[in-house]
Amino acid sequence: MNIYVLVKRTFDTEEKIVVSGGKIQEDGAEFIINPYDEYAIEEAIQVRDAHGGEVTVLTLGGEDAEKQLRTALAMGADKAVLINTEDDLEEVDQFAAAFIISEYLKDKNPDLILAGNVAIDGGSGQVGPRLAELLGINYVTTIINLEIDGTTVTIKRDVEGDTEVLETSLPLLVTAQQGLNEPRYPSLPGIMKAKKKPLEEVELDDLDIDEDDVEAKTETLEIYLPPKKEAGKVLAGDLADQVRELVELLHSEAKVI
Amino acid sequence: MSKKVLVLGEAREGALRNVSYEAIAAAKTISGGGEVVSVLLGDSVKDLAGELVKFGADRVITVEHPHLKQYTSDGYGQAILAVIEQESPEAIVFGHTALGKDLSPKIASKLQIGLVSDVTSIEGEGDDAIYIRPIYSGKAFEKVKVKNGIQFITIRPNNIAPLSKDDNKTGDVNSLTVDITNLRTIIKEVVRKSSEGVDLSEAKVVIAGGRGVKSEEGFKPLQELANVLGGAVGASRGACDADYCDYSLQIGQTGKVLTPDLYIAAGISGAIQHLAGMSNSKIIVAINKDPEANIFKVADYGIVGDLFEVIPMLTEEFKKLKVNA
Repeated sequence: MNIYVLVKRTFDTEEKIVVSGGKIQEDGAEFIINPYDEYAIEEAIQVRDAHGGEVTVLTLGGEDAEKQLRTALAMGADKAVLINTEDDLEEVDQFAAAFIISEYLKDKNPDLILAGNVAIDGGSGQVGPRLAELLGINYVTTIINLEIDGTTVTIKRDVEGDTEVLETSLPLLVTAQQGLNEPRYPSLPGIMKAKKKPLEEVELDDLDIDEDDVEAKTETLEIYLPPKKEAGKVLAGDLADQVRELVELLHSEAKVI
Repeated sequence: MSKKVLVLGEAREGALRNVSYEAIAAAKTISGGGEVVSVLLGDSVKDLAGELVKFGADRVITVEHPHLKQYTSDGYGQAILAVIEQESPEAIVFGHTALGKDLSPKIASKLQIGLVSDVTSIEGEGDDAIYIRPIYSGKAFEKVKVKNGIQFITIRPNNIAPLSKDDNKTGDVNSLTVDITNLRTIIKEVVRKSSEGVDLSEAKVVIAGGRGVKSEEGFKPLQELANVLGGAVGASRGACDADYCDYSLQIGQTGKVLTPDLYIAAGISGAIQHLAGMSNSKIIVAINKDPEANIFKVADYGIVGDLFEVIPMLTEEFKKLKVNA
């Protein structure tokens, strides 16, 4: 089976966000594989181990993303692709990202494409379904279980807490929700092997994409931090009094009840 | 310039979801005095159309088909694209719900347009509309504009206030016949887990439990309080990882991002990943035994104490308040 996984390099979930000059400061920050993409990588490896084939992890970004691709290779993916847009594009919106990836994948005949259901930085969750539409294949988002039998695919997906059971077929794009699996940590031998696994780097020129074709449709005007919250009121006194006071405050001061 | 704005109404188990009305309010702003056209898709939805008009839609278009009884991206995609073709809207608003998240990128891709997802507020109107959305799970915000083409956004539930209901308002309700074919997904079954009361993503009040809840059983007092307040129960990752509850309840950086009016965190320490999922709630109450717990830093009100004592007392007090009200 020809399996692709879309991976994004994101800020570590522990990182504090610092904005200066209208941009998020990246200096000194730790970066990780987007947590939802880890589920996608794990699932891809399990599907390959059960059905055979090859797992290719793919990311769009700059040179720095090589580290996350190596981590995915260390987990067990077979090959990696970095579509490097660093020198060509200032702003890559979801339209552009999906288009560029589709141009790379259009002659690769993937059977299964996996991605995280959302990236914890931009948080739009668009690129997966957009890509499926461009490739003309079906997609299912926020999956928590995947079973493949020949070309028949049975999926459980999370729909705001409910579970939907559905049937579809390959080729298919799915996006991973938490609960799909327990992503493995790279093993030491895995890390050693990953260094020798193929990592292909391509640029827009290699894909015959003109910069005008991928001009962003949306523009970020400003990035800012939410207003800092004033320290709240920790109540004191007898517990029963505290509870009464809290209910009174919620009712009369905060007016939320 | 005033715009014609198309709004997708969303029904769940025979009733319109609140986000449908919120989307109409957003559409009204974007329209800058233009027309707001609401769309309803399903197997039998005509009866719901009147409500959309009362909440501000100028007109409603329904598409009814047996294949639209359950949501599939293919079925709903074909229906909404047919409406878009007929109406040529200049802007489109969906809710940022499971359905909206799944469907909107497909439509945007098909139309080769931009899409601003998960908008929490709008500045300006008409051509000058600027969309504000949280990024980095609410640790920051960005202002986005659509450079050209159709303005397509999804709005986060609970953030844009609906217009007040006008029972005397009237508007046309027209149906459009669309041939829905070639569905690539068959829905076999829907297992309702969230049947207990209020939908967590739209709840005005959320009672969330963490590791301090100690067991599955420990969530019961939280559910009782939620029932009294008409709210929903959520959880921290710690509680989910410890198997006290289902992952569908998880609030945080991975998990749901919520902005209810009232968020009560019980036995939650307040890891940065959890704060990302709830720190933009209007009012936050922290209940924790540890006075040093991080959650107190974001809380508007805090009680240092055992949640198993505090929560039942709160439930009783709120009951009294409801009786007196």
